[in-house]
Amino acid sequence: MRTRRYLKSRLVPRDVEAIVDGLRLGHTGSTGYDPWGLNPDTTKMTFTVVRWLYERYFRVVAHGLDNVPASGRVLLVGNHGGQLPLDGVLVSYAVASRGSGARLPRSMIERWFPSVPFLGNWMSSVGGVIGDPKNCAKMLERDEALVVFPEGIRGSGKPYRLRYQLQRFGHGFMHLAMEHDTPIVPVGIVGCEETMPSLGNMRPLARMLGLPYLPLALPAVLPARVVLNFGAPLYFGGEPGSEAEVAQRVETVKDAIRDLIDQGIAQRRDLI
Amino acid sequence: MTAATAHAMPRTRSDGIGHGSRGKVMVTGAAGALAQHVIADLVEADYEVVGIEFRGLGDDYPDTVDYVVDFNQRPFEDVFREHDFVGIVHLGRIRFTQSTRGRRYSANVVGTSRLLRLARKYGVTKVLALSTYHVYGADPANPSLIDEEYPMRAANLMPEVVDAVELENLFNIQLYKHPELNIVILRPCNIAGPGINNEISRMLAQRVAPCLVGFSPLMQFIHVADMSRAVCMAFEQNHPGVYNVAPNDYVTYQDALVAAGCRRLFLPSVPPGLARRSMRALGRLAPPAYLVDFFKYAVIVDGSLFARTFDFQPNYALESLFADYRARK
Repeated sequence: MRTRRYLKSRLVPRDVEAIVDGLRLGHTGSTGYDPWGLNPDTTKMTFTVVRWLYERYFRVVAHGLDNVPASGRVLLVGNHGGQLPLDGVLVSYAVASRGSGARLPRSMIERWFPSVPFLGNWMSSVGGVIGDPKNCAKMLERDEALVVFPEGIRGSGKPYRLRYQLQRFGHGFMHLAMEHDTPIVPVGIVGCEETMPSLGNMRPLARMLGLPYLPLALPAVLPARVVLNFGAPLYFGGEPGSEAEVAQRVETVKDAIRDLIDQGIAQRRDLI
Repeated sequence: MTAATAHAMPRTRSDGIGHGSRGKVMVTGAAGALAQHVIADLVEADYEVVGIEFRGLGDDYPDTVDYVVDFNQRPFEDVFREHDFVGIVHLGRIRFTQSTRGRRYSANVVGTSRLLRLARKYGVTKVLALSTYHVYGADPANPSLIDEEYPMRAANLMPEVVDAVELENLFNIQLYKHPELNIVILRPCNIAGPGINNEISRMLAQRVAPCLVGFSPLMQFIHVADMSRAVCMAFEQNHPGVYNVAPNDYVTYQDALVAAGCRRLFLPSVPPGLARRSMRALGRLAPPAYLVDFFKYAVIVDGSLFARTFDFQPNYALESLFADYRARK
C-alpha cells in the first residue's frame, strides 16, 4: 500500500490524476477498492503509461466518442485481436479521457487471467472484470459501461492471416442487453491486429503452460497506428421469439462492427 | 456433573448461563471465541443460554461450556429433556485441521442431522446455523459479489470442505421440509478479531505470514463482535433463509497483512503444485494447502440481503480490526 502511494506520488502527472479523479468510480471502500478490485491509485499509475501508449506509441485516433452515453448502462461491443488485451485498454482509455462526459468503461476479461501471477491482480485493479454473466448483470444494474469482446480468445488469439475477419460471437452479450434493457455501442478497432502479428498458435506449449493460446510471433509489441470508431447505439428491446432471432440480432451488431472496421481501415494513413 | 456428560466436564452446572426471561437457547461450539461473544450478547438480550461443546479439549473449557457431549451419542437427548429450548444457535463445526475426515463428517453432518431431529421432537422453534463463505469455493472464474443463489462449488473444487457443503444442504432441506424450525443459515466472510483462531486470523496474528508471489486476492473481514451481533439479530428477528454476512468494504490479502503489522514471506506461486508444497512445508505457519486458492483468488460475497433484511451494519472498520492485530505484536 505504502509502495503504491509512493510510486503514485512520484510517477503520476497532475493531468492524469485529474482524469481519474474526475471519473465516477462508485463505492471504493476504506482501503480504496471496489468489489471487483478497482483501485484508483493503480488506475492512475496505469493511465500514466497508457496515455503514453495511446498518444505516442499507437497514436490512437478515436471517432464517434459522442455515441457513448455519459451516464447509464451501456455495452461497448468490439472486434478483438492482436494477441494481447490492448484493444480493451485503449477503448477504455479513450472513453475515460474524453473530457466532458468521461467515464471508466469496465473491460470484461478472460476467466483465466486471474490465474496468471501479477496479471490478474493488475487487471482487476484497473477496472477489469471477469467475463461472467453474473458480473455483467451486477455491473449493468449499477449503470456501468462495459467493454465486451464476444469473440473471446477466438478473436484475440487468431493468426494474422485472419485479421479483421470477425470470428464467431457468443450470444451472452445480446441476452444481457435485452434482459437489462441496455444499448449496444458497436466499436470498430483497427490497428491492434498489427501490434503483434502471429503466424499461428503453439498449442502444445500453450497447453503445457496452462494458457489458452501462445502466439508464434515476435516477442514485441509493434507501434502500429490504431483507429477506434464508435458507432451509433443499437437498441434491442423486447423478448426474442427464439435463439435464432437472438442470432439475427447478433448478426446486426456484427454488421455494424464490420462497417466500422472498414471505415477505420479507410481512415488509417499508415500501418506503422 | 450432568446426565448428558460424555467427557470430563469443566463444571457441574446444568441450569445454563444467565437468568433470562425470554427462554433457553442452546449454543453449540460454546468453547469457541465467536460463541463466547454470542453467549454474552444473548444473555444481555435476556435469554438463558446452555453452552454445548462436542470437541474434546481436555480440561481446557471456558465458562461458557455447560455440557461436553457428542451429538451422536444417546446422552445428547438428555440435554433436550432437561431444558425447554426455544432456540438453537449452531456454531459448532469441526474444521479440516481439527480432525480426521471420518470424525469431521460424523460430527458435522451426522451429528447435526441428529441435532435437527431432536429440535423437531422437542418443539424448538428457532434454529440458526453458522456456515462459511468457503462453500462457494475459490476459483479464478468466480464473479464478484456472489449472492446466496450462487452454486456451492466448493464440493467440486475442494473436497476437503465437502462436509461444510453437505451441512448446508442438510439445513436447506430442513428449511423447506420443516418450516416450523424457522432455520436461518449464515455464510459469513472471514471472521477475525481477538480470540479467533481460524486460518486467516492466525496469519494476521503472526509476525511473518506467507503469501504467494503475484497474488493478493481481495478479501472481506468481519470483526468477531460484529459477527456476534449479526448472529443475535438474525436469531431474534428470525427471517428463515440463507444469508451471506459481509461488510461492504474490501482489502487485498497483502494489504491486510501489512495493516496487521505482519512481514510478508513470499512463496512461489507457479506451478501450483510448488505453491502447495511450500505451504505444506511451513506447517502451522501457513494456511492448510487445500485453502491455498483462497489466498490466490478473490471470493467476494454480497452481504446486502442480510444487511437489508436485518438492518445490520458492522460497527468495526477494517482499520480498527487490523490495528488490534498490530497492537498485539
